[in-house]
Amino acid sequence: MALTTIGSSSDTAIQGRVAEALEGDTDVKGRLFEAALIACLLVSLAVLALLVGKVLGDGLPVFADRGADFLDGSLSSQPDRAGISQAIIGSFWIATSVVVIALPLGVGAAIYLEEYAPRNRLTAFIEINTRNLAGVPSIVYGLLGLAIFVEYFDGFSGNQGVNRRTLAAAGLTLAALVLPVIIITTQEAIRAVPQALREGAYGVGATRWEVIRSQVLPYAAPGILTGALLSIARAVGEAAPLIVLGAVTGLLGGGTGLSASSLLDPSSLTERFTALPITVATWAKRPEQEFNVDDAAAAIVAMLVFVLLVNSIAIVLRNRFERKRSA
Amino acid sequence: MTEPVAPATTAASPRSTTATAPAPVPRTAAAGLSTGAPDPSQLPVVFEVRDLSVYYGSFRAVRDVDLDVRQHEITAFIGPSGCGKTTMLRCFNRMNDLIPGAHPEGTLNYHGVALYGPKVDPVEVRRRIGMVFQKPNPFPKSIYDNVAYGPRLLGTKKRADVDAVIEESLTKAALWDEVKDRLKESAMGLSGGQQQRLCIARAVATKPEVLLMDEPCSALDPIATARIEDLMQEIKTEFTIVIVTHNMQQAARVSDATAFYSTDVNPESDRRTGVLVEFDRTETIFSNPSDERTENYITGRFG
Amino acid sequence: MATTLTPFSPSDLTGDPRRQRRERAMGVVFFLAASMSVLVSALILVSLFSNGWDFISQVEWSRVVGVNSWNPRQNTYGITTILAGSLIVTGVAMVVAVPLGLGGAVYLSEYAPPRARSLLKPILEVLAGVPSVVLGFFALQWIAPNIVGTLFGDDKGNSGSMLAAGIGVGILSIPLVASVSEDAMRAVPDALRQASAGMGARKLTTTTRVVLPAAVSGLVAAFILAVSRAIGETMVVFIAAGAVSTATFTTNPLDSGLTMTAAMASLASGTDQVRGASLAFPSLYFVGIALFFFTLVLNIIGNAFVRRVRQAY
Repeated sequence: MALTTIGSSSDTAIQGRVAEALEGDTDVKGRLFEAALIACLLVSLAVLALLVGKVLGDGLPVFADRGADFLDGSLSSQPDRAGISQAIIGSFWIATSVVVIALPLGVGAAIYLEEYAPRNRLTAFIEINTRNLAGVPSIVYGLLGLAIFVEYFDGFSGNQGVNRRTLAAAGLTLAALVLPVIIITTQEAIRAVPQALREGAYGVGATRWEVIRSQVLPYAAPGILTGALLSIARAVGEAAPLIVLGAVTGLLGGGTGLSASSLLDPSSLTERFTALPITVATWAKRPEQEFNVDDAAAAIVAMLVFVLLVNSIAIVLRNRFERKRSA
Repeated sequence: MTEPVAPATTAASPRSTTATAPAPVPRTAAAGLSTGAPDPSQLPVVFEVRDLSVYYGSFRAVRDVDLDVRQHEITAFIGPSGCGKTTMLRCFNRMNDLIPGAHPEGTLNYHGVALYGPKVDPVEVRRRIGMVFQKPNPFPKSIYDNVAYGPRLLGTKKRADVDAVIEESLTKAALWDEVKDRLKESAMGLSGGQQQRLCIARAVATKPEVLLMDEPCSALDPIATARIEDLMQEIKTEFTIVIVTHNMQQAARVSDATAFYSTDVNPESDRRTGVLVEFDRTETIFSNPSDERTENYITGRFG
Repeated sequence: MATTLTPFSPSDLTGDPRRQRRERAMGVVFFLAASMSVLVSALILVSLFSNGWDFISQVEWSRVVGVNSWNPRQNTYGITTILAGSLIVTGVAMVVAVPLGLGGAVYLSEYAPPRARSLLKPILEVLAGVPSVVLGFFALQWIAPNIVGTLFGDDKGNSGSMLAAGIGVGILSIPLVASVSEDAMRAVPDALRQASAGMGARKLTTTTRVVLPAAVSGLVAAFILAVSRAIGETMVVFIAAGAVSTATFTTNPLDSGLTMTAAMASLASGTDQVRGASLAFPSLYFVGIALFFFTLVLNIIGNAFVRRVRQAY
């Protein structure tokens, strides 16, 4: 809107014209674009809501009907008697393997790469190797577990044949799967430690390990913990390697229900096993609707409670400490 | 950030006197001293540096350093930015070991022993030669744990022993009265000047012989700076101090000997190499320097 | 405190041997930990090739190449069939994930006020944590009847299809596309946006003409990494793509199909899972080799693009 001659009759007329000119045209295209972008996020939100809604809608009635029995029960060919106690035990030991095996190894490897390793080709090779491992499809880790842990090491049991497909082999396989992720997230957490902190400690005459133990690790601990929690959740949700490792899908004998003693009994490690995601996958493929809708959804609910809870704690933890550190 | 006003009980030397020698120092160092002030050439040499160059990989960062650091004196390194003062300082406690590829060539002796000798443990070196950094870097722990860190590494375990070291060190750093009632509070809650004095306390807790100070006051306000300069004069009787400073007046106020560094541009590579231009008693450097470059720097013609 | 009255000897600087021993031991411990990851790689290669070799050396290659179906029980190992399956599912997944992920990332990076960002970003993070079996269930039980069925008729919606599975994999991939793209856009210096705005350009123009082109390395990286992840995805297809253990060659997403990963899963879970004269077991490792190298190459290229983003700014 162009300004006309300055000699207009009144000031307000000029002001009006200037205001109009500065307002410009309504940015229709821009508004539509922004709306489309928000829509993308809202679609994701809608999908998430739908998904949770469907799972809860199909699964909660099972809990309402026979909640304790469902948690306590064993795998069965009959959908109204099938339960996830053995799956919970399997997933418990898989989570434990991650904590006991992958976490120390991963943190140790990250400490080496960040604090000890010289900047040479060997170090670069180890780092590239780790990055590539993080992108290997999970089912390939199953192949590793089958060939090495099951076949070569007999599943760390004295068994023969298919009885070598033990929970121990599964635990080790999933620990190997999340190891690269733990290494990478721990490396990032260590890198965030300010160099001034290390120098203060070295300056007083601390050895490298003493500096790491007393300054670096405490400072990096929240970040390391976040990575560990995300890895545990990931390991519990993975099914593909377990299929290759021979997780039981039909019937698993010896189910004694869910209790502290059955959960913590380490002899499960040398026996055949099942786990929550495998149970979900198997039931989802069964022809009976009570299996492929109701029971599968209920098992998903049980699994999601754990996975989403752990993930949320990790995210909250990370956000709190990010804010605290940058404050 | 202003410093809290020092309570009357802390011993603070009056700002107006020069706290070094009780009598006026003659113009030339070589002339005999007229009063009972210690003759500098009689003081034992703590660090003997001859013909030293420091390399980062193949890049020579500093060259031609020749100087002696004498016991119970304050030696200042001055000069414009980038001329290797900090690099040189960090050689004295082997902190340069932390940078891959950093290594000195030449002679660097500590009480006659080669500091970079094959059997020398850098960790032991740093126990005896402490360091205070440019930006105060207390650990994110309590005041108590900050000072106790060094002694605990060395094996002091009993509560009473640690307490004694804490009190002694904080007193030497002129911080005890201000924090004695809140030792368990986080060190991060202290002001900048207090944090730096805490870092000094932390450094002296391992009972070192030498204190290296890398521009310790550059991040502090003038009042905090004054307190630390006073502190240096007080503890000089117990330690040997080497200080890097950008502040010429500070060096003139505080130090006994001064080394002036400058840079040389390498015509082929266009990279700068630091070089020691002149090393002498402070009075000489500031009133009667031998080298023209020194004269230009202290009169403000460049730098 | 060392004084100079007593002579000072080199041994005064040798330090505490106990602390030195502990220091050396810890260094060794950490090195061994780091070498574990190299060990894992080595073990993957060993297990793939020692078992896959049987297949490679014994199979009749006419039963592999060419447009055969995939039917291990009948000694037919048409790898193009399962490869086509992987590509179709991945293609559908990218059609879903790229617009939604990129759109979300553009909003979060360029438009969202901080409060909206802190509310909306967690949605993507929660979605990233959903295990793939859950998406498989959702794909079969909801996407197939309500989307595929609605669009293409009930008969297609009542069973699995590569389309349903593809949409499921796409949903799984949205967070990855979004986070890599967002990182790439946030790495673009503000100075560029300000220069554009200073010339009077509107936000739409600045975003599409300045920011996105500047972030293109990262966007390419996001795409490649998402493709690699989608190709490696197993459970969604295993549950929702309709095929059990065999598939015929097809390029129609509405058909049921097998991807490389689902073929491996069904091979591994088949009841004839005993090593025997049949090549079914080694074929598992053969497909594994193919999958491993396919995704490895994609990841290397994708990571190279990510590094370019980091270096450019």
